[in-house]
Amino acid sequence: MSEDASEAVELLRIPVELDYTYSAGQSASRFLRAIAEGRLLGQRCPVDGKVYFPTRGSCPQHGVPTAGDPVELPDRGCIVTYSIVRVPSENIPLELPYIAVQVLLDGADTVLMHVLGESSLEDVHMGMRVQAVWRPRGEWTTSIGNILYFKPTGEPDAPYDSYREHI
Amino acid sequence: MREAAIVAFAQSASLRREMDRNEVEILIPVIHELRTSAGLGNEDIDFVCSGSSDYLAGQSFAFVAGLDAVGAWPPVCESHVEMDGAFALYEAWVKIQTGSADLALVYGFGKPSMGDLPITMALQLDPYTQTPLWPDAVSMAALQARMCMEGGVCSEAEMAARAVRDRRNAKQNPKAQLKGDFEVEALLAEPHLVSPLRRHDCAPISDGAAALIIASAERARQICQRPAWIRGFEHICEPQDLGVRDLLRSRSTELAAQHAGANRGKIDVAELAAPFTHQEILVERALGLGDEVSVNPSGGALAGNPLMAVGLARIGEAAARISSGEADRAVAHATSGPCLQQNLICVLEGD
Amino acid sequence: MAQRAAVIGVGQTHYQARRRDVSMAGLVREAAQRALEDAQCTWKEVDAVVIGKAPDMFEGVMMPELGLADALGGAYKPMLRVHTAGSVGGSTGVVAASLVQGGIHERVLCVAYEKQSESNATWALSISMPFSVATIAGAGGYFAPLVRGYIRRSGAPEDTGVRVAVKDRRNALRNPYAHLRVEDISFEMVANSPMLWDPIRYLETCPSSDGACALVLASESIAERAEKTPAWIHATEMRSEPTQFAGRDQVMPRATLDNAASLYKKAGIQNPRRELDCAEIYVPFSWFEPMWLEGMRIAEPNQGWQMTCEGATAMDGDFPVNMSGGVLSSNPIGASGLIRFAESALQVRGLAGERQVDGARLALGHAYGGGSQYFSTWIVGSQKP
Repeated sequence: MSEDASEAVELLRIPVELDYTYSAGQSASRFLRAIAEGRLLGQRCPVDGKVYFPTRGSCPQHGVPTAGDPVELPDRGCIVTYSIVRVPSENIPLELPYIAVQVLLDGADTVLMHVLGESSLEDVHMGMRVQAVWRPRGEWTTSIGNILYFKPTGEPDAPYDSYREHI
Repeated sequence: MREAAIVAFAQSASLRREMDRNEVEILIPVIHELRTSAGLGNEDIDFVCSGSSDYLAGQSFAFVAGLDAVGAWPPVCESHVEMDGAFALYEAWVKIQTGSADLALVYGFGKPSMGDLPITMALQLDPYTQTPLWPDAVSMAALQARMCMEGGVCSEAEMAARAVRDRRNAKQNPKAQLKGDFEVEALLAEPHLVSPLRRHDCAPISDGAAALIIASAERARQICQRPAWIRGFEHICEPQDLGVRDLLRSRSTELAAQHAGANRGKIDVAELAAPFTHQEILVERALGLGDEVSVNPSGGALAGNPLMAVGLARIGEAAARISSGEADRAVAHATSGPCLQQNLICVLEGD
Repeated sequence: MAQRAAVIGVGQTHYQARRRDVSMAGLVREAAQRALEDAQCTWKEVDAVVIGKAPDMFEGVMMPELGLADALGGAYKPMLRVHTAGSVGGSTGVVAASLVQGGIHERVLCVAYEKQSESNATWALSISMPFSVATIAGAGGYFAPLVRGYIRRSGAPEDTGVRVAVKDRRNALRNPYAHLRVEDISFEMVANSPMLWDPIRYLETCPSSDGACALVLASESIAERAEKTPAWIHATEMRSEPTQFAGRDQVMPRATLDNAASLYKKAGIQNPRRELDCAEIYVPFSWFEPMWLEGMRIAEPNQGWQMTCEGATAMDGDFPVNMSGGVLSSNPIGASGLIRFAESALQVRGLAGERQVDGARLALGHAYGGGSQYFSTWIVGSQKP
């Protein structure tokens, strides 16, 4: 017996590879078809009329499908809150540091998580007005990734009271 | 024990693949139907409990989205087990026993069609010594089936007879996935899938959801003409390794049935969630079911197997037969883990 | 109706970055064995086992409790596996307690664990899904914007989070089980540590730990016979709400406020700040101390930071919080909630060693999870409820 045989095995690497095929679902499909054409579609909760964007097909507050005609939203809004991220994650192909933002699109009642570009780390702040920067039209797919990032518009800030209920 | 009963049940159809609905979209109509049939609003519900698996969904915290289907507002007293919904029902039943809840909504859901189910299930095994060999779930069951055949527990023909019975029964179940009239001989002429198992010996892969309402005695009477009273409820786990347990019987089913008092009266109906024909035989034997018992009137797991909902659906199916007056006493079964490692027995009775 | 239940045994592993000397089974067994010794009870006397842990994808084992049945003496017994996101440790305690309170069992073993050295939590929490853009780097990426929202609405001084971190790290030095032990911890050291997820600094975050925590819960008649003081369970509560909906208050969710109100009602508490002697609150990022002091209705809205800044939550303050060093000092994720419950029990049993709050009679254990949407809590006391 060699010495090695008595040594504890401390760590095994056992790669696990599982493939999953996801269905977007009925509601998200409509949203994704639209975004492939550069349009942002929200949906209303049939109970209180609030506009969900992005939509997951239901209003979680009332447990009902967000049925009815979709609501087309502009690609601009304001930053509700943000964080400057300096921690790498293997799932996120962004250069550090980057600014993660929650964007409330004009006319929407839920926030979209995305990143802010064309802004210095010092300038970003709550209430900052932003608009989407899209990939070139030829690269559009059925993905929210068609929006590369949001950038400041230079408009006056949204007042705190106009978005405080979305944090 | 505080008396509690199943008073309403709803389920989705079991489908080989839900193409255009995500889990929440599958759940919403089920929960809506359930609440409508019971005439209940969210304000009537004291406790919510669910069962699901992140690995089926391929995503951490997959159960969180399930809450979207409930409309958990105002916030609800809620819990979740990473187990079949039948175990979520057990937790809800315990909650009612403590007196801190009178009425609970319980649901289970799974969409295993998204991944490679037999391979995914290999992740249930010992991560250091077994999973690296990737023994898939069907092969594990085949090892047990071979032992059962060699050990005199059952023959291929008896196994096929379970598939024939369940698929025939499933003709009456609009939610079932596999149904129709088959002959044992014809089934045995089919090739093996993983010897000695043929395709008909294996439950299908199913997407689906099930939900039910459990209520204390007073509330149950208000909601349901003939509640299905829970008169026994137990689950037992065995060690996992195949080498350390008796695979020719289901000791944990026997113990659970004994603790739950399954044989304290005549059983009219038994709904079993065993996912392989030989396992169905093992569970029948553990419960001591004779020919007079109607086994799997819904078709059981062999006719539709939405993992994480299939056990809960068995309890719902059994309860529905009590409530309709078809049966006075029923036993429902749920299972988890390789080769019937963990088993749950719920005994239901009418008034 | 509810029977009385009590904690008669607590067992913990030492929390550390890597427990390479044990497998997952060895890890949970170690904590369970210590809990049984504390309870002076044998494996055979345990009626049922309840296990909690965070997502299966962390360690890459699907429903790992099935494989742990042996190690936890769960063979041929009932076993339940609870999973309610980060609050799971707390929920595991609540479910285990209900098995005794419901009169089902006399003795229940309750175990929660995580072996982060065998897992990659940030990966498991940020799996990129189709149809979405991943921008959230782990839990810190999710919670940092909420912390910013809290600072904006409360007007809390920027150094509040630093103060919490210094206090919890000092407390950890008195806890032999704590993972992160920074002997020379100081305000400057925390304040000068790098920003990870602005406004959260490195020393304001929790570590990744291996570890397990176990409790033995018992019925009244058994607890009465216990040699050591039991921790009587006065109340338990859980509340959940959806992750996102229009107008959801993510900083101060209604679920936490409702949970607190219901918990105190069950325990007969009118003024938690005065009536509770101490609290173990789930604080994975320092700012969550003032946030959950408000969320637990211990402080008035937007004023939780005052308790922190005045020193009320320090060991020598009038309302000590996280005597153990908290999640900031030890974070085996799935166990972190149960550790809070365990510490609250140790305090009222008078068994908290160097970190004992003098004369603690009534203590709060708290856990939260998901997108600040799952809450589970309990109150334990040295006297019967």
